[in-house]
Amino acid sequence: MTGHEPHMDPATAREAATLGIWTFLATEVLLFGGLFTAYVIFRIQYPRMFYDDHLKLDRVLGAVNTIVLIGSSLTVALGISAIRKGKVRLLRMYLSFTILLAATFLGIKYLEYTEKFSHGLSPGTDIFFSLYFMLTGLHGIHVLAGMVVLGAVLYLAGKGKYSESYHTPVEISGLYWHFVDLVWIYLFPLLYLVG
Amino acid sequence: MRETMWSGERPLNGNASPRGYLEEKGFWAWAYTLDHKRIGVMYLYTTLFFFLVGGVFALLIRIKLMFPGQHIFTNQTYNVMFTMHGALMIFLFIIPAIPSGLGNFFIPLQIGARDVAFPRLNLMSYWVFVAGIVVILFSLVRPMDTGWTFYTPYSARTSADVTVLSFGIFLIGMSSILTGLNFLVTIHKLRAPGMTWHRMPLFIWSMYATSIIQVLATPVVGITFLLLAMERVLGVGFFDPAKGGDPILFQHFFWFYSHPVVYVMILPAMGIISEVIPVFSRKPIFGYKAIAYSSVAIALFGFFVWGHHMFVTGMSGTAAIIFSLLTYSVAIPTAIKVFNWLATMYRGSITFESPMLYALTFIFLFVVGGLTGMYLGALGADIHVHDTYFIVAHFHYTMVGGTVMGLLAGLHFWFPKMTGRMLGEKMARPAWLLMFIGFNVTFFTQFILGFEGMPRRYAEYPAQYQALNIVSTVGSWVLATGVLIMFANFVRGLFRGAPAPPNPWKALSLDWQTGSPPPTENFREIPTVTDWPYGYAGRQT
Amino acid sequence: MKEHGPGNVGYIAVWAALVVLTAATVAVSYVHLGMMNVVVALLIASVKASLVALFFMHLRRESRLVWGFALTPVFFLVLIIAGTLSDTLFR
Repeated sequence: MTGHEPHMDPATAREAATLGIWTFLATEVLLFGGLFTAYVIFRIQYPRMFYDDHLKLDRVLGAVNTIVLIGSSLTVALGISAIRKGKVRLLRMYLSFTILLAATFLGIKYLEYTEKFSHGLSPGTDIFFSLYFMLTGLHGIHVLAGMVVLGAVLYLAGKGKYSESYHTPVEISGLYWHFVDLVWIYLFPLLYLVG
Repeated sequence: MRETMWSGERPLNGNASPRGYLEEKGFWAWAYTLDHKRIGVMYLYTTLFFFLVGGVFALLIRIKLMFPGQHIFTNQTYNVMFTMHGALMIFLFIIPAIPSGLGNFFIPLQIGARDVAFPRLNLMSYWVFVAGIVVILFSLVRPMDTGWTFYTPYSARTSADVTVLSFGIFLIGMSSILTGLNFLVTIHKLRAPGMTWHRMPLFIWSMYATSIIQVLATPVVGITFLLLAMERVLGVGFFDPAKGGDPILFQHFFWFYSHPVVYVMILPAMGIISEVIPVFSRKPIFGYKAIAYSSVAIALFGFFVWGHHMFVTGMSGTAAIIFSLLTYSVAIPTAIKVFNWLATMYRGSITFESPMLYALTFIFLFVVGGLTGMYLGALGADIHVHDTYFIVAHFHYTMVGGTVMGLLAGLHFWFPKMTGRMLGEKMARPAWLLMFIGFNVTFFTQFILGFEGMPRRYAEYPAQYQALNIVSTVGSWVLATGVLIMFANFVRGLFRGAPAPPNPWKALSLDWQTGSPPPTENFREIPTVTDWPYGYAGRQT
Repeated sequence: MKEHGPGNVGYIAVWAALVVLTAATVAVSYVHLGMMNVVVALLIASVKASLVALFFMHLRRESRLVWGFALTPVFFLVLIIAGTLSDTLFR
């Protein structure tokens, strides 16, 4: 790469990174927003279908997944807390837990999906299940992407890239991860609880 | 006496090599560059290439339309041609050209920064753009035939490879989002010391407003194309009436992006006009704050009006009335700009170098386009001319007469800065004249054709429309000739242009206070700004 | 230096609140409240979301600019829903 010296002092760089990630999260709000819009439109149009179909979702599994994801937000927050005090090994431990919990989330979703498919329920079945699979599918892709990002951060932390004075990538990855949790906080009731 | 906008007297480019940022050569010096100027140049070459490709499709369309009833090519081929023309021009040229091309090059220079906030993200944005292009090319095995608007249900059922195409457009959108994100943070965080918001060049204000739109609107078209692909692949039924879905929902999603995106197209061009007019009138810009705030207002109001593309779809009357009313609001900040540019020129010392010719052309043609937009905002009028050539003429006046003229004004204005060479005026002016005449002959006739009822996207039409179609096609040849001469002039300038001084137009903004071409690091030292960039000696207003 | 956030105890307290609220929203879903089910569920979800945003995402300590970036997309989300509904609800 052609040499390009850093052109921002550390404080400005941190503020820029924060603005950058919040801007990215804004785009994600609008990306999911299209699906939420479709949900609202069709929910109003087909109240009966939504009621009947939502009962076919496993409320308990959904709730467990919610707890799993909330837990992963906690572990990532604790990890950031750790690196703010320069505790790299603690950071790596919490990141590992976060990734594990994320994998658990995806594992449970896999169980749910296969169970649906075995009952002949797929994205093409009806509008409700189109929404269910599109919303949770898009969310699942974001969980997977988050695992990759956190995995990269975990790896780099192992290489000693982060310290008490510099850990911006950890912070912004954490913000992304919390957003993934945020989306699920709305998805769960809208799909599983309020047919 | 000319005032400078920064403290200090020394030129800001130091002892940089005469080639500046162009010094380092080789493929990887460009492909792996983190220099916003090189990334901007790569975007310019890429987008201008697709301008030419899209133009070829346009010429072919117009040839077919000269000869109704003759078999020049099949109707299916015709459908592919107008789809390709629209899609390539919109997604691969007109949306990215000014923001990702000139914006990338000049935003850091105009705010006194060394680069954008996230140079690596910037490079990634370009390669994601290229990846999108490659994916779109793959879809051409079964070429798109839906019109650039990809309306369902046809787009969900056509054998054209809309699925692969959707992923390509998704990638193009991602590129746009990343650029907008980068610019927003750059403008907030990297302005030189002393450059308050009200000392920023108006091009920066317009790019800020543009970036807001890119960030908020593009994700919606992203999910729209994703859902279209899922409709085709997984049988998802949001847009399919047979499955309880609503094809109009596609249009709501599509236009929620595609209306604001026309402001992504026009705002940067308006920003360029705001830079060019004061320089070539030797007068301070009139109504700086009005122009600055109206840019943001246009960006905001542009989000409220998307339903005006859907008046004939069967949408509710309530919604139609609301959207029609809101459509008129957008005209206000737009008109404010036009009045301010005219007031800037009033009693100025106007000269007519090529950048100014294009800027003046912009004002004239964009006003025609914009006013006809007002006719279209009225429900009754729109119902009469919707999906006719009136619409086609309207958006070509705004997009070509507006954005393209703005882009060309910018290219002619900034050519010396980017290349270190001067463009020859001898070839530039005839090229401009041919383009101006050709454009109006081509498209004004289309207002008439549309009003008389000729539908758009039809390969065949009744004989009564043929005369004007022939006129329009001949106009397209004149326009094309002008375009070719202009490109020839660019090439000539690149290889044989006279060496350019740092500030050939004697402009005041920071981009002109460094070398032509600028050194890689933009400025030897970052200046401290003490004034706005419009302190020309003309009478202060 | 970075300001210190809620601290580990704070994070755990927020987490505990989130778990309780999750349990609550699941419990309420078994009670038939008609239209109010939606309202209550969304209300609880919004409280949870606010806790995540304010504490885990540190919004509480961020500048007004960051708040602007965080809240603006919500406005546009409401806009696209409202605009589309203005059509579908009144056909």
